[in-house]
Amino acid sequence: MVDLASALSEAASSGAIRVEEAGLCGMVTIRGDLTDATFTDAVQAATGIRAPAERGMERVGANALLWMSPDELMLTCDHDAAGDLVGKLESALAGQHHLAVNVSDARAVFRLSGDDGAVRDTLAKLTPADMSVGACPVGAVRRTRLAQAAAAFWFEAEGEAMVVCFRSAAGYVFELLKTASASGAEPGYFAGD
Amino acid sequence: MLILTCPYCGVACDETELAPGGEAHLKRFGPGSTDEEFEGYLFQRENPRGVHFERWRHAYGCGKWFHAARDTVTMEVFGTYSAQVTEPPEEIRAKISAKHPGWSWREFS
Amino acid sequence: MSHRLKEGGRLIDRSQPKFFTFNGQSMAGFAGDTLASALLASDQLLVGRSFKYHRPRGIVTSGPEEPNALMNLGKGKTFEPNARATTTELFEGLAAESQNHWPSLEFDVGEINARLSRFLPAGFYYKMFLWPRAFWKHVYEPFIRQSAGLGKAPRHRDADHYEHMHVTVDTLIVGGGIAGLNAAIEAAEAGRQVLLVEQTPHCGGRAPVDHAEIDGEPAQDWVDARVAALAAMPNVRLRTRAMAAGVYDHGYALVKERLTDHAPDPSRPRHRLWKVRARRIVTATGAIERPLSFAGNDLPGVMLASAVRDYVVNFGVAPGRRTVVVTNNDDGYRTALALKAAGLEVPAVLDTRTEAMGALAEAAKEAGITVRVGRGIESVKGKGKVEKVWVCDQTRDGFNADPIDADCVAMSGGWSPVVHLWSHCGGKLTWDEAGAFFRPDPERPPTDAKGEGFVRAVGAANGDWDRAGEQPMQPVWSMPEQAGYALKSKSWLDFQNDVKVTDVELAAREGFQSVEHTKRYTTLGMATDQGKLSNINGLAVLAGQLGDEIPNVGTTTFRPPYTPISMGAIAGEARGALFQPIRKTPIHDWHEANSAHWEPVGHWRRPYAFLQEAESVHDAVMREVHAARTKVGLLDASTLGKLIVKGPDAGRFLDMLYTNMISSLPVGKCRYGLMCTENGFLTDDGVVARLSEDTWLCHTTTGGADRIHGHMEEWLQTEWWDWKVYVANVTEQWAQIGVVGPKAREVLEALGCDLDLSAERLPFMQWRDGRIGDFDARVFRISFSGELSYEIAIPTSQGRAFWDALLEAGKPHGITPYGTEALHIMRAEKGFIMIGDETDGTVIPQDLGLNWAISKKKEDFLGKRAQEREHMTDPLRWKLVGLETEDGSVLPDGAYVAEPGVNANGQRRVQGRVTSTYYSPTLERGIAMGLVERGPDRMGETLEFPTIGGGAVKARIVSPVFYDPDGEKLNG
Repeated sequence: MVDLASALSEAASSGAIRVEEAGLCGMVTIRGDLTDATFTDAVQAATGIRAPAERGMERVGANALLWMSPDELMLTCDHDAAGDLVGKLESALAGQHHLAVNVSDARAVFRLSGDDGAVRDTLAKLTPADMSVGACPVGAVRRTRLAQAAAAFWFEAEGEAMVVCFRSAAGYVFELLKTASASGAEPGYFAGD
Repeated sequence: MLILTCPYCGVACDETELAPGGEAHLKRFGPGSTDEEFEGYLFQRENPRGVHFERWRHAYGCGKWFHAARDTVTMEVFGTYSAQVTEPPEEIRAKISAKHPGWSWREFS
Repeated sequence: MSHRLKEGGRLIDRSQPKFFTFNGQSMAGFAGDTLASALLASDQLLVGRSFKYHRPRGIVTSGPEEPNALMNLGKGKTFEPNARATTTELFEGLAAESQNHWPSLEFDVGEINARLSRFLPAGFYYKMFLWPRAFWKHVYEPFIRQSAGLGKAPRHRDADHYEHMHVTVDTLIVGGGIAGLNAAIEAAEAGRQVLLVEQTPHCGGRAPVDHAEIDGEPAQDWVDARVAALAAMPNVRLRTRAMAAGVYDHGYALVKERLTDHAPDPSRPRHRLWKVRARRIVTATGAIERPLSFAGNDLPGVMLASAVRDYVVNFGVAPGRRTVVVTNNDDGYRTALALKAAGLEVPAVLDTRTEAMGALAEAAKEAGITVRVGRGIESVKGKGKVEKVWVCDQTRDGFNADPIDADCVAMSGGWSPVVHLWSHCGGKLTWDEAGAFFRPDPERPPTDAKGEGFVRAVGAANGDWDRAGEQPMQPVWSMPEQAGYALKSKSWLDFQNDVKVTDVELAAREGFQSVEHTKRYTTLGMATDQGKLSNINGLAVLAGQLGDEIPNVGTTTFRPPYTPISMGAIAGEARGALFQPIRKTPIHDWHEANSAHWEPVGHWRRPYAFLQEAESVHDAVMREVHAARTKVGLLDASTLGKLIVKGPDAGRFLDMLYTNMISSLPVGKCRYGLMCTENGFLTDDGVVARLSEDTWLCHTTTGGADRIHGHMEEWLQTEWWDWKVYVANVTEQWAQIGVVGPKAREVLEALGCDLDLSAERLPFMQWRDGRIGDFDARVFRISFSGELSYEIAIPTSQGRAFWDALLEAGKPHGITPYGTEALHIMRAEKGFIMIGDETDGTVIPQDLGLNWAISKKKEDFLGKRAQEREHMTDPLRWKLVGLETEDGSVLPDGAYVAEPGVNANGQRRVQGRVTSTYYSPTLERGIAMGLVERGPDRMGETLEFPTIGGGAVKARIVSPVFYDPDGEKLNG
């Protein structure tokens, strides 16, 4: 058996919130025409999840489909399930113009947890995206930047956000999140709502 | 610092989430074109004081290219629209006409 | 003398003394003091020297408009120059030093400039240093540099840290005075998300100093109640010590929040720069009082009237014992009354107007204060501070003045709304005749993305303040009105930059009509305060001299920031380890642990070479090349770009992107491809593999991955949007490791493969999927070194384990990891080009002898039309050749090939240049590639390469393939 390594060996920090690398996660990029029911039906057949609405996500158990763009979804799953799911997608989508590719190892995933406002404060230091609950509710996917690195994030629940970035930038993004959530640097803007 | 709404994902993008892509609605000239056509395609650009059509990419986002119509003086944005068109849509042109009667830009007005 | 009053001071806490030093001398103040109030409490009137004449300078204001009291704060790693004492909150241990003096504040050699002031008029530098030209570099510039600048630049790395904060709000309100608080409540009650920022630590603005009551309530109570009400509203955020620095397009605003300046704590961020997106911005920034222009108005002890009463009321500090108030409006009387109430002497209020009958004037008279109407100041005299005030008839020339003993002068020239934020993004101003100031023109606001006004000025910032019961102010631009040169040449407009009334008048006489030109010629308003005090007075003088109206002359442009913001705040978190993202491959940690000498490639760090004990970088590179050529080397090539291109039209699409034919590539095979821009120039190269009938894998250069991905998306989305092609960037999904050298096959076989790696089953330029040991592998039989070579792609999560396994399996063969320099040398020995070395954005594939990779069958590909242009087909283009020095030395990188004669500009003619140059350990001599005019037609010819510092190196034109020209090793 090969020892698999995530980018940061599940590094974690605790300041105003807890930041932890989520370890190896499964991730599949799916391209196709989201306005075409033949495509979304096939994706649902393969994954058991219906296509999410614009910028939204749909979760069934360990798997979730995230809306990335009008012709792109991201499937998140367990790391060792990604290969099989790509196979299922390939079969279900055979004959349609599509692309399904395992990108699990191209990404790093972080879990941010704590006071919901404090999580929002942390992200607001790094992204120009509006972090208010109204603009970024639970279940909304936002692709943006964290300082100088491309990233996507969403709230799984109140006080729990997931951040995805390219694996090569994991060290940079972790250091950003750790710095932004350091104790003593709380802006208390969203926190205290 | 502009805010442009990406017509593909609906996000009101901060300028720092976008990448600029120069002038919109260029017509490509390839092999077989005259020197003048090719020069016009590759090098001749508008530099208006006022109404302008541009290409942008939602680079730190959905990754889609889109078009934007805006005023280079006031920064007013008349609208953003699909990259998959060869001319500005009618409703955007109407919006510009309301503000700038008699405007023209390349062959459009 | 200035001193602390026995009682009073609404902002200080007398139970908390704070000790600080000024120029090394220990002084004391109280919690709540500013550095300025504490200095005044310690009778420290002299706080600095002016820029040009090194005149003694005292505190003039009580706020951010302060031109004089600029300090060096802190030491070493927390040193900061040009801090305004008036906005610096006092803390225990604060260390301040005055600026722009030598050798000491009290005795300054530069003061001689003041005596020479007649010879240092406006535009002196422009006139004096014009000629002789030769003097500029060695005489004038060093002199100007020596005398320029106020505070010193910090010498140490800043010990503090900083951060940014992005928020989106409905309404940003700037200023926490009455108008700001009212606006906040109004917006909050309408359901808006509101952010109110106040630059000082306290809300209320001038109200608690200037007004006893608001709406029948005591002013402070009114403020406290509003602040409490706002704090209780969930849709309101209120930040003090937060200065709105600038307003930009589409409702973008920058706000600098000071977190620890008043209570140093290295564990917390010092400043937080807020990047606010506001749908609407309300500027409630108040107004700034104007000085009056009379002779000696720059003496320490002459202050704005509002500042004098601020010090008395807010800090319990008296700037003087006997204060003469001089005013052209009713507001000056407030100062007289405040001083009187504090038990201080006011020998006279000099009112320039012919009568004083406003409510405040009446109150002053009732309080027993002498009011002298129609009077002004002829001059203020004293040695380094105010001693005598000479009073004269305002309408005349200063004749027959009478003296008053005084140690302080409180001047009020009227108020100017703070219109900076309104103006930053294009808001226009209108001249208010009654108040003699510019105020925002609500008809011409800055406009947002919808073309609607998005900034609104309220309160004093809009020129609206309660003038009930007040007598109209009288504009006074010169005091006395008929003052002659002697007086006007001592009447300061810009205290920091030493610009006097006579300087502006001279500029006008010399033909400067534009206020912008006059500003730059005289330096009026160009000091660190950016003309907050001097602007209106200066342009009034200019207008007067030009015989024009003030609104016709106009103002200079208001630019952000309102007051300076720290470089640290601008940088935010981007410093040290976070300065830029550093991209790491899964094998990065191994490299680091094995003494990698790093090379930055884009945001990646790649090992340049691995240094063994006591080894030089050069020796390490030589060892690595030798090992790969004779045994087996190991390369971390994970950074190579990897793009999946899939779809029914993928072949057609790739045929457009690459110069060669890609659609014809059989599944299982690889092809080296070139990509050009539409302008014809080579932009990237790499090996393309066909994975299946409709799927290709395109390798790009390390730096090209994101760029080429973007390039593909651009053409797919904006030109050929009906083509069915999807692209995915899988660069980081795969670790890619090159196993390179004669023993490469043996090493892989030692791990156990389910693939046949033999030359027959996996020949050069083919790929296979399979298992190597326990690893999921895709093996590419490709070579950038000229050796037998396999590049193996492994899922990134297995990358490090695979690397370790290879090292172990290769031990018996002397496996040697190598870095980018060995890679470069080996490719150069083989004559392989490198994007960025042989190309520079002006090179076409034909220049590099790559015609074999340009399809002649294809009707079209990106760059084809461009390459047909006359200049691209010119036989005289510089083309790729190998270069061999006669003496075996290494040619200097970038050296040019000299040609006899000179060009039209008198420069030496050149006919080529070196693009890559190395010492080849394989050939044991210097080898190089270069682009030379008609190079391939001139084989064997000797060229001359001039070297820096004289001399020249001779090299012969040879084939660029120095090593194994028949490819026997690579095919082995």
